[in-house]
Parts: sequence; structure tokens; C-alpha cells
Amino acid sequence: MHRAALDPGKTIAATPASAVTAGRDLRLDLFRGIALWLIFLDHIPSNLVAWITIRNYGFSDATEIFVFVSGYTAAFVYGREMRERGFVIASAKILRRAWQIYVAHVFLFAIYLAEITYVATSFDNPLYTEEMNILDFLKQPDVTIVQALLLKFKPANMDVLPLYIVLLLLFPPILWLLRLQSTVALGASALLYALTWRFNWNLPSYPSGHWYFNPFAWQLLFVFGAWCAMGGADRLAGVLHSWAILSAALIYLVFAFLITLTWQLPGTSQFVPSWLEEVIYPIDKVNLDVLRFAHFLALAVVTVHFVPAEWPGLKSPWLWPAIVCGQHSLEIFCLGVFLSFAAHFAMTEISGAFWLQVVASALGIVIMIAAAGLLTWYKKAEGRHPGSRPKKAADADLAGGEA
Amino acid sequence: MRLRLGVLAALLAGLSGAFAEDRPSCEIPPYLLLGNNELKRVAAVVNDNRRLTIAVIGTGSSALAGPDGPSSAYPARLEAALTQRLPGVAVKVVPLVRSRQTAEDMAKGMAKLLIDEKPDLVVWQSGTIDAIRRVEPDDFRAALDDGIETVQKAGADVILMNMQYSPRTEIMVALDPYADTMRVAAQQHEVPLFDRLSIMRHWSDTGEFDLYAGGKDNVLASRVHDCIGRGMAVMILDAAHLRGEHKAAQ
Repeated sequence: MHRAALDPGKTIAATPASAVTAGRDLRLDLFRGIALWLIFLDHIPSNLVAWITIRNYGFSDATEIFVFVSGYTAAFVYGREMRERGFVIASAKILRRAWQIYVAHVFLFAIYLAEITYVATSFDNPLYTEEMNILDFLKQPDVTIVQALLLKFKPANMDVLPLYIVLLLLFPPILWLLRLQSTVALGASALLYALTWRFNWNLPSYPSGHWYFNPFAWQLLFVFGAWCAMGGADRLAGVLHSWAILSAALIYLVFAFLITLTWQLPGTSQFVPSWLEEVIYPIDKVNLDVLRFAHFLALAVVTVHFVPAEWPGLKSPWLWPAIVCGQHSLEIFCLGVFLSFAAHFAMTEISGAFWLQVVASALGIVIMIAAAGLLTWYKKAEGRHPGSRPKKAADADLAGGEA
Repeated sequence: MRLRLGVLAALLAGLSGAFAEDRPSCEIPPYLLLGNNELKRVAAVVNDNRRLTIAVIGTGSSALAGPDGPSSAYPARLEAALTQRLPGVAVKVVPLVRSRQTAEDMAKGMAKLLIDEKPDLVVWQSGTIDAIRRVEPDDFRAALDDGIETVQKAGADVILMNMQYSPRTEIMVALDPYADTMRVAAQQHEVPLFDRLSIMRHWSDTGEFDLYAGGKDNVLASRVHDCIGRGMAVMILDAAHLRGEHKAAQ
């Protein structure tokens, strides 16, 4: 199971000269891996298994975890790169990573087109004449495909990678500022978030509307993750372990859970006082609502308290599947999007029955784990370790799948 | 987004459904159909004037194609169901359906339609085209507010109807944000929401209808529309407190 590579102690031993190359916090990989599974489950339409995902029990969902951890690991990997090899090299590597993600996005778009053109030609139930208007864009491939390449036309569930591309494009100057004055960088990020809310900034979409994940708002979570990686987490340690903060976080999680419950249980929404409805609704996912951000923070506070970095369970084989998925996040994310298309296709072609949803969900996660295991094997065969520094430092962006 | 708690019941119903007869039962759980928002104008005209005029404003999913399309689409089925359950009341349902209209397009036409048809109740089916075109949710919300207020100012009642549940195309369009917006708009204007999305999803879960099927004839579509029309009739009678009227008439 390649345990040595997962052991921070051994990683440090391998490069004793540089304390800063201490192994990654395995909790990051663990929770990113879990987030990838949850995103996969949530992306299968009408999937009853998605009951178990966190979006049904609070305001935030797996996207927040994914963006935060991605910010954290990007700062961890490229921050080291910037310190050792300078701004230009680190920036070039960040931009190359953005390019890789762009290529992955276009690849997924091709698969998506293949599925829906099949549906378009094979399905003509008169009940759904109107819904078939969704396929109108196929009549103008010249426009649509160009708009897709410009990241303006994004099919449902294909919004996360474009967000990530923009976040990485903006990342070099942010990282530079984080290294210089991390608090100023975080403040600038919060200011951009506030101005975005004030002036409704967003990027345009095709054929109308705006980006589903507004990069100018969601950057706050990414930069916050990066800030934590650049020493912010250590500075917060005292606060994080205070009982007052922990209690506040727990109370907020319970509050969010109760509110979410009123969305699920018919007839319970009348128990939410209207003044409270006025205050909290709508809970805006597009612009990363403050309630969502706070919910993620509360989850993080509770998690950090109950799962310390040195928790021995992190090295148990039981958590290895999630950790290994988290270590190859770009590949596993893309695979998850593809698998959610495939699961939907199976549901339309074979059966929409509950048993098939369970089988498709479980099989999808097994395939994700197997693929991540295979990628780890490749890296090992090439003499590199996930979660540690590559020997030649030539391929920082593969050094643990920080995507 | 919603947890479907009816699912356990649904699974059981699915098992027993294997022995059920061919004709759909159109079963709709009460929590999806009955609410606190009242249809005061409907109650008044039915009780005092023994007549009821309903305008259905909508897009493609409020109509069916083919020669028997108009008579089997849900507006006609609603008229039939209400006529049957309100004897002695002149019920007229006017379908004003035009495909590919956004909520904004329909809201703009609302004032003229109120003058032309003088409906007591407007059933406003919307959301599909907005979701397909990914209209800005704020703009969608503003259009809903605008349309509802226009109807209410004219003294008529409103029922909002959201999108169809369409499992095959579900991966291609994000309906939930638009469905949520319609739910909130209905709540804030105190108008009933005919939650077609959840109701059809319920039918799919219970095995009442196989909505994944790709059949080209109108059989499935007519049955679904019939059930929608009957469900809508129950909602109207309940929200206008006319269920007692119905019994008295019998």
C-alpha cells in the first residue's frame, strides 16, 4: 500500500536538509478524496445514494472542501517552488497546471457531447418535446463549440474546472503577495469578495447569464486555503482550539442542519420564522454565500479539533482509498465527472431503479480508487512519491496532485 | 435537492404496484399538493356566480402535439376534472401556450391577457426555458414577481407550476436553482405552487410511470397529462375550500 510515502516522518528523513518539505498534512488528501466521492455522487442526477452527501445536512457542500483544499495544496507546492526557484518558474508551473486543467475540461466536454447527441437522436418521447430544446445548441456547433472553448458555454455539472482554471490564472500574484504579506493578501481577497457582492461582478456565460461558480467570490475560499498553508493555520491554532470557537461552530452546524431539515421534510418550513427567512434566504451558491462560507469554517473547526494531524487513523489502510484519491485530485475529479455521465447513461438505458443507483454509485467509487491506486503505482515506478517532493523537483505539479 | 422521504413508501408501493391494474392511480402525496395559500377569487366566483374561468399560461410542456393533443393535454383534463367535481358551475380553461417563452416573455404578456380573457385564476407554468437558457436567477425571480403582481392587481388568483421531471435530460440542465426560485416566489406572494417536478419525480420513484421510456406515441404523455390535470383540480378545490361544495353538490 505504499505506506512509506504516506508517512510524513519518512518524508522528512528523506530530505533532512529542508524542514519545510515536511510531508503534506494527510488530512488534506483524506478530505479532498472524500469530497471527490461526494461530488461524484451529487453529479449523478436523481441518485438516491446522494442522500448521504453533506449538502443535505448543512449549507455548504463538497465543492467548498475541494476549493479550500486545492488552495491549500497549491500554496504548499508552488509556495515552495517560488521560494526555491523564484517567481517566474513558479508562475510558469502554475500556468502549465491551468493549461492541463483546461485540456481536461475540453476532453470532458467532448465526452459530454457524445452522450447527449446520442440521447438527442435516440429519444423522442412527445411528453418531453420542450425539454429537447436543450439540444438547440447542437444546431449551431460553430458557435457553441467556440463558446465552450472560451469557457463561456458550460454544460450542467461542468462548472468546477473552469472555476479552478481562473483561480490558478490569478494565483501567481496572489502567491507572491501571500509570501510577502500573507495577511494583506487575505485582506485583498476578502475585499474583492465584498466588492463582488456590492457590484455584482461575475464572468459572462453563453447563451446568457453568468458563471455558476463566480470566480471573484469563490477565490476567497481558495486564497483562505492558501493563507492557511502559508502559516495562517499555525497562527489560528490557538483560536481553533478554544472552547468558545468550538461551541460556536457546533451551534452553527446544528442550526444549519435544522434549517436544511426544513427543506427536506414537507410541512416543516412553517416553523422557520419569517424574519429569519428574510435574513438567510436566498443562500447563494453562485457567489459563495456568507452562510455557506461560515458553514465550511464551522465544519473545518470541528474537524481539526477531532481529527488532529498526528491522528494514527490517517495511516490506517481503511482511509487509504480516500487519501489516494485526494492525492490525484485532477485525474480523479475528471474521472468522477465522466463516471457520473456513464451512471446517468446506464440509468436511462438500463433502469432507473434504486438497485442500479446503488450499484452505479459503489462501482464508480471503486473505479476512482482503482484509478488513483494505478496512478500511485505509476509514480512509484517512476521513482517519485505522492505527498513528497520529487527528487529532481522538475515536476512540482505532479508532486502530490495538488489540483 | 430534496430528500425524497416518500421513497421508502414508494419502494413498497412499487412492489405492490406490480399487482395493480393498468390505469394510473395518479396518486400524489398530500404534502406535494395541499398548502396554506388560498384561492379567494376562485372561491368567490364559484360560490356566488357559479362560473370559473382559468387561463393556463405556459410553454411547450403545457401542450401535446397531434390531432388529439389539445383534448389530452392537462388544461383540457383540468377542465374535465373540475366540471365533473363542480356540477352546475360553468368551468372554462383557456390554454394560452406558446413554446420557447421565458418567464419574462410571459410576464410581459400578462396584462393584455388579463384584459382579453378576464380569468379568475391564472395557472402560470414556467421555468423550463429559463433553465435551458440559464437566465440569470435574479432576472427570473424579477419576472416571476412582476407577472404575479400584475395578475394579483387585476384581482385574479395565481397558481405557479414548475418544470417537468425529465430523467433523460436531467444531466443537461440544472433545474433545481430555478425550482427553488419558484418555490420562494410562491411562498412570498402566498400563491400555491403546483410542484410538477416533485410530483412527476414521485411518480417515477413509485413506478407509476416509466419516465425514462422513449416511446414515440402519445400514450404515456396523455396519461401523465391526465394525472396532472386531475392533481391540479384537487389543488384548486382544496385551496379554494370547495371540497365541501363538491360533497354538497353530490
